[in-house]
Amino acid sequence: MQNWATVKTPPVLGAGPPGYHVVGRHGMMPSVQHDEAARFNFLANMNRFLSTQLLPCVKTAYDDRAKPAFVKAQGTAPAHRKDVKAIMQHEPAYQNWSALRRGTMELRQQSGRSVVLRQLEPLIEQARVLNEGQGTLRLSDNFVVPRYISAVEQHCAPGGYSSELVADDIAAAANYDVGIFATTGGGLGRYADGGGKAVVQWLARTHPSFKPKRILDLGTGLGHNLLPLAEAFPDAQIIAVDVAAPMLRYGHARARSLQTESMQVDGITFLQANAEALDFPDQHFDFIMSCMFLHETSFVAIQKIFNESKRLLSGSGISIHLEQPQYAGMDVYEQFIRDWDAHNNNEPFWTTMHELDLPALAQKAGFAPAQCFETGLEAVVDEALFPKAPGKVEDYGRKAAWYAFGTQPSAESAASSTAA
Amino acid sequence: MSKLSLEEKRALAAKKSKGKRPWFYDSAEAERVLNVAMALAQELAVTRERIDTLERLLEAKGVLARSEFDHYLPNSAISAERSQTQQDYLARVFRVMTQSAESAGEGAAGHEGAASIDELART
Repeated sequence: MQNWATVKTPPVLGAGPPGYHVVGRHGMMPSVQHDEAARFNFLANMNRFLSTQLLPCVKTAYDDRAKPAFVKAQGTAPAHRKDVKAIMQHEPAYQNWSALRRGTMELRQQSGRSVVLRQLEPLIEQARVLNEGQGTLRLSDNFVVPRYISAVEQHCAPGGYSSELVADDIAAAANYDVGIFATTGGGLGRYADGGGKAVVQWLARTHPSFKPKRILDLGTGLGHNLLPLAEAFPDAQIIAVDVAAPMLRYGHARARSLQTESMQVDGITFLQANAEALDFPDQHFDFIMSCMFLHETSFVAIQKIFNESKRLLSGSGISIHLEQPQYAGMDVYEQFIRDWDAHNNNEPFWTTMHELDLPALAQKAGFAPAQCFETGLEAVVDEALFPKAPGKVEDYGRKAAWYAFGTQPSAESAASSTAA
Repeated sequence: MSKLSLEEKRALAAKKSKGKRPWFYDSAEAERVLNVAMALAQELAVTRERIDTLERLLEAKGVLARSEFDHYLPNSAISAERSQTQQDYLARVFRVMTQSAESAGEGAAGHEGAASIDELART
């Protein structure tokens, strides 16, 4: 009997992401059983399939049908992403891709939360043991979480970052950590620290003699992007700020468990505080950073955050913020696809943030125009474990490559803006 | 805050996030069915991965070679048993379809199956 493979050539599909076994383990990582890992493997592959196989169908529907019909009716091409949305929301290819992408996100949450909730009590106990007696975890009893975090359940995660199911809860953070591999297909590296590593590499390339003594990480979450900084600058005092207690408890315990000889974490303080107003003296920090944080704030908050950063940054200091690319000057179809997460993945500030002129906000805060720079950064990951996705098709809004905006001492600005 | 029960954890894992859920198809019913199909696709992928693990472990422990699975030929009795299982399986999976076909014929048969609950309540 003939094997089916000899009868018909199997379709050539894009290579899949690496398996869940490459995800880095640490003392706070929930244990993941066979079938739970298989669920994440399915989701990582589903996301890769959506971006490499179905998203191109959406583009074809736009190019071949929706856009020509618009041009025929209006006499001009769509000029705004809202025009694109108006015609694309009826296209079956867009409906398929969107329905599956939203469904995949919801499945990812259930898959991650069931892993975490199964072992919630031992995880909380493990965090208690790792955090006990450490002055480097500073939570406030009566802390008021800003509404842009408490009222929104980002990424369709029930409860968002800050709500607590039980005393000393860490579930939101553990769920984020255990499943981020599935959302990004491993694009952020073993410890989801590809952004932090990119920042370290950028500093080494553009400011080789810069050795920050006091580092501030805004919206630190798990502290995952901060640890590469701790490794690169072992003598620095680091303040990791977040508003959500579950993230800080977990992030602090995670960092403690990852401590090695080459990465000391004693200098990192995880502090519950609002980045809009921080209790530190003027010019206290010489390096301020954030990774995928600003889009989860608000229109009012972002200006206050820049104002506060201006106050806290020393004259010779550097700041850098990583986000997905801004919309200005971008093709309207790409804007429309990139804006999907705003409405469909619970990111209410996403659209507004990507339309803001960040250098203008920084200048309003008092930075000189010559101090502001913009550049592009790509996640730094172990490519032996995480080979780059093949082809030019990218998972818009999720790709581990960022627009970086920041400030530096005036004289250096012109040089490093072009050095990316 | 007290300890969560298993039932509470199950419900919390499957909880909906805040806010109005976007629906992309004209029919929300169709999209709900698609979401069920996705969850089933995930579980099927999990099952296949588990079988793959099983085969590889059996091979690694020298119990049998993986190629034995691919070259396995059932005898007639086993084939008949499998057909029976498949027919039972299909009857369960497509129950709602066969029931629709039944109800189409009920009017002609004129039996009590044609009566609605309301009609029966009045008898």
